[in-house]
Amino acid sequence: MTKKDLAKKAITKLSSYGEDINLELYSTDMEERAYTSDPSTLPPEEKQCMLDVGVAPDNMSRKSATFIQVDHSIVHSSTNQEGLELLSTTQALKKYSWLDDYWWYAVNVDADKFTAYTELYKNNGYFIRALPGVKVKHPVQACLYLAHDNLAQKIHNLIIAEEGSELHIITGCTTSHMISSGLHIGVTEVYVKRNAKVTYTMIHNWSPQTIVRPRTGIIVEEDGVFMSNYICMKPVKSLQTYPKARCIGENATTRFNNILVAPPGSILDVGSHIRLEARGCRTESISHAITTGGTIIARGYISGSAPDVKGHLECQGLILSERGIIHAIPELEGKIAGVDLSHEAAVGKIAEEQLQYLMARGLTRAQATAAIVRGFLNVDIEGLPPQLDAQIKKAIESSEKGLL
Amino acid sequence: MLEIENLSVETNGKRILHNLNLTIAPGETHVLFGPNASGKTTLLMTIMGFPQYKVKQGRILFKGKDITHLSIDKRARLGIGIAFQRPPSIRGVKVRDVARSSLGHRKNGKVVETIATKLNIRDLLDRDINLGFSGGELKLSELFQLTMQEPDLILLDEPDSGVDLENIKLVGKTIGALLQTSAGLIITHTGHILNYVNAQKGHILLDGKLHSQLEPRRLLDTIEECGYAKCAECAKCKD
Repeated sequence: MTKKDLAKKAITKLSSYGEDINLELYSTDMEERAYTSDPSTLPPEEKQCMLDVGVAPDNMSRKSATFIQVDHSIVHSSTNQEGLELLSTTQALKKYSWLDDYWWYAVNVDADKFTAYTELYKNNGYFIRALPGVKVKHPVQACLYLAHDNLAQKIHNLIIAEEGSELHIITGCTTSHMISSGLHIGVTEVYVKRNAKVTYTMIHNWSPQTIVRPRTGIIVEEDGVFMSNYICMKPVKSLQTYPKARCIGENATTRFNNILVAPPGSILDVGSHIRLEARGCRTESISHAITTGGTIIARGYISGSAPDVKGHLECQGLILSERGIIHAIPELEGKIAGVDLSHEAAVGKIAEEQLQYLMARGLTRAQATAAIVRGFLNVDIEGLPPQLDAQIKKAIESSEKGLL
Repeated sequence: MLEIENLSVETNGKRILHNLNLTIAPGETHVLFGPNASGKTTLLMTIMGFPQYKVKQGRILFKGKDITHLSIDKRARLGIGIAFQRPPSIRGVKVRDVARSSLGHRKNGKVVETIATKLNIRDLLDRDINLGFSGGELKLSELFQLTMQEPDLILLDEPDSGVDLENIKLVGKTIGALLQTSAGLIITHTGHILNYVNAQKGHILLDGKLHSQLEPRRLLDTIEECGYAKCAECAKCKD
């Protein structure tokens, strides 16, 4: 059966997680937006939204590449580093026939109706590839932007870090302030080859009625490193994502950091699913979750099927309002002796002892609460270029303001 | 500076302090001795205003103002400072940030670096507060924050316990410097801190009450000789 056939068969297949979504409620047709070689000429309102998710259309010199997709159209795509490829996946599939081996390999095309729908009605997405041994100096920035109301955006991204390469990507997904509802499906497949390193930072900033269903698969080879930072702090109607990572080569490493905030009316179902399949693989998945009235389900799964693997799941949850739910669901599956898997979760309010400690230094209760919440979200992320680290901190800071 | 009148305090439903009286004049340093669980920490925490220590009777005056029912932060802003014996760690909250926010408008940020350097804890400034600190680092970090706060009355709970021989000098000197401009109430078991501060009065806290009032070093010697209970009873110590 071809991938298209598999997709057709799975088009009504329910997802294992998250509420079901009626795909027919969303429109799929959208007029083409014009391409621009200079994204600083984009409308200021759009540029501001992009800046809020860490993508700077005005400043491409400190980025190794820039990709901007609005609705279904590629509005800009450029790179300024040798050995780094950036194309839309539509173009890339035409250019490289061998891409077929990577297309729907880390993610199953018939995983659920969302993957099937994307295969059948795809609207672009980015293809990023670092050639062997190329250390990409500045981050690659990519923005996926929903401009029109009630549109279904179905994107398929592909990232390949060839042997010994290094790649830092920041993806900002956001919507226009003008839209009320929308559906974003983003399939992302990541291949980290032997001894390569990828950091993948994603900042989501949706409108309160948007439905979001990312579908992510990651495959890491021997001595490869994949680090994901996912930040979603603004209202979203329903978001469900459960990236599946496989560490298939010896000493492959993955790390996931999730920073989640659920305001009233938001449902975030976010996890990381990791299989350690070769000797010496390592993983760590840490979620910092805050609810101010919404629901957060923090999932985690690690399986170890090779000796000397080590994995740790952690969920820290703060409930800052009377209503609000944080549900941590950690799962560990050891399939062989010699695995070292652990999990840790704490959900509750801010410790009174911590508040009183800061109050004894003269901070009011409100100031002490703000300081602790800021600290809770201020996760030090190892291995990021300073510029990217600063960008993340900025995005978090701007979201914090509305939090308390 | 501080006047405590007929103070009775309960915590977890248990009466800890009974009709306790204590007066500390401006610039005075008092030392508190007493066996474990006699209520020394309770007294300090009650003066600072921790709500789990419930005042059942009596009142606390600070700078002539009744603070018995004031919140912790208001007392801190009036000029009471405390160094915790076991401060909680707070992830993501940096030592520098706390020092800065307790500065208020009184000093500029440069002072943070200068004082931290003096206390040999510059490396701690950008660490999560109290997280993984050694015993000595905890003490110095607490004293650093007190220094930034510039209180008029400092409450110290065993500042000399769990500190190695090298750090005790630094801890002692820092406390000595703080007490140049502030009144103090210090809990100590060993009395090491007496080598560094000029303390005028010593008390024994026993059965929820203060006993004796003597020059602290003499009092410590007597306790060592006779034990707390006997020392507390001894008539010649009473003033």
